[in-house]
Amino acid sequence: MKIGRVIGTVVTPIQHPAYDGRRLLAVRPETPAGEADAGDRMFVAVDRAQAGIGDRVLLLAEGSSVRDVIGDAVAPIRCAVVGIIDEIERDGRVIWPASPAHASLD
Amino acid sequence: MYLGRVIGRVVATHKLAGLKGVALQLVRPVDEHGESAGATVVACDTVGSGLGDLVHVCDGRESTYALPDPFVPVDATIVGHVEAFDYEGGSAGSAA
Amino acid sequence: MFIGRIVGTVVSTVRDPKVVELKLQIVQELDEHNVPREKYVVAADTVGAGHGDLVLFAQGSSARQTVVTDGRPIDAAIFAVIDSWDVDGEVVYQKEGLETLGYEPAEV
Repeated sequence: MKIGRVIGTVVTPIQHPAYDGRRLLAVRPETPAGEADAGDRMFVAVDRAQAGIGDRVLLLAEGSSVRDVIGDAVAPIRCAVVGIIDEIERDGRVIWPASPAHASLD
Repeated sequence: MYLGRVIGRVVATHKLAGLKGVALQLVRPVDEHGESAGATVVACDTVGSGLGDLVHVCDGRESTYALPDPFVPVDATIVGHVEAFDYEGGSAGSAA
Repeated sequence: MFIGRIVGTVVSTVRDPKVVELKLQIVQELDEHNVPREKYVVAADTVGAGHGDLVLFAQGSSARQTVVTDGRPIDAAIFAVIDSWDVDGEVVYQKEGLETLGYEPAEV
């Protein structure tokens, strides 16, 4: 999985039937600290977490696990947002959000 | 999966039987500002897109599942025609 | 998939039994303006393409989705020989000889 941020929504009235009106999000991969991951392009992903623009999310990209989540083994779907991130910890410290709801571990 | 702009098409009559009748488009991956975001790819088309359209591309093995015969060596297929793409600070679409 | 030109073949006498019957071509990638990139791939030929042909090839597990590459240790496959392509309505490449056949790319 990748860490990403929802930057937009995509509307495709003409689409493969497997999409069946599923909500599509544009997701930009980010580093844990929240900087744009320069080495990665923007992804289009099916929304499985009711995420909105600005949310930091878990992006499942490239693999049959996405088709498992979708529940269709032969869907032409490769990326899905599977969770909204509340907090990211690194080396024992909460690095995101900047001012977490509760105290950091040190 | 990513967004791309259709910039042309490819004609190939001598190809695997499973791909007969499948249109091939040249697609330039784009970012949210419409800027080029990677090497232009050739993608199969399942939605009847045309020059200049903003499209949704499925890559990898999953792209074969959108085709009439999924047992073909295809790694990119256009699976959606983007009518609207709204993002922080703007919007885009096939008419843009 | 990418556009490429077949620039050679690979001969390999010691190889996995599952690769033995395959014809392996060296393909140099081309961009949409027919300019070569310094990127090469060894691809299994599934359509009988020849030296100098401009072809389409797919990569990854998709490359094993043909009768000749199924279940074989292959990660790139040539699946079509290009007749022509255009960018922004301008023909970039047209295979030699097609014009004399009265061939109209727009009708294919």
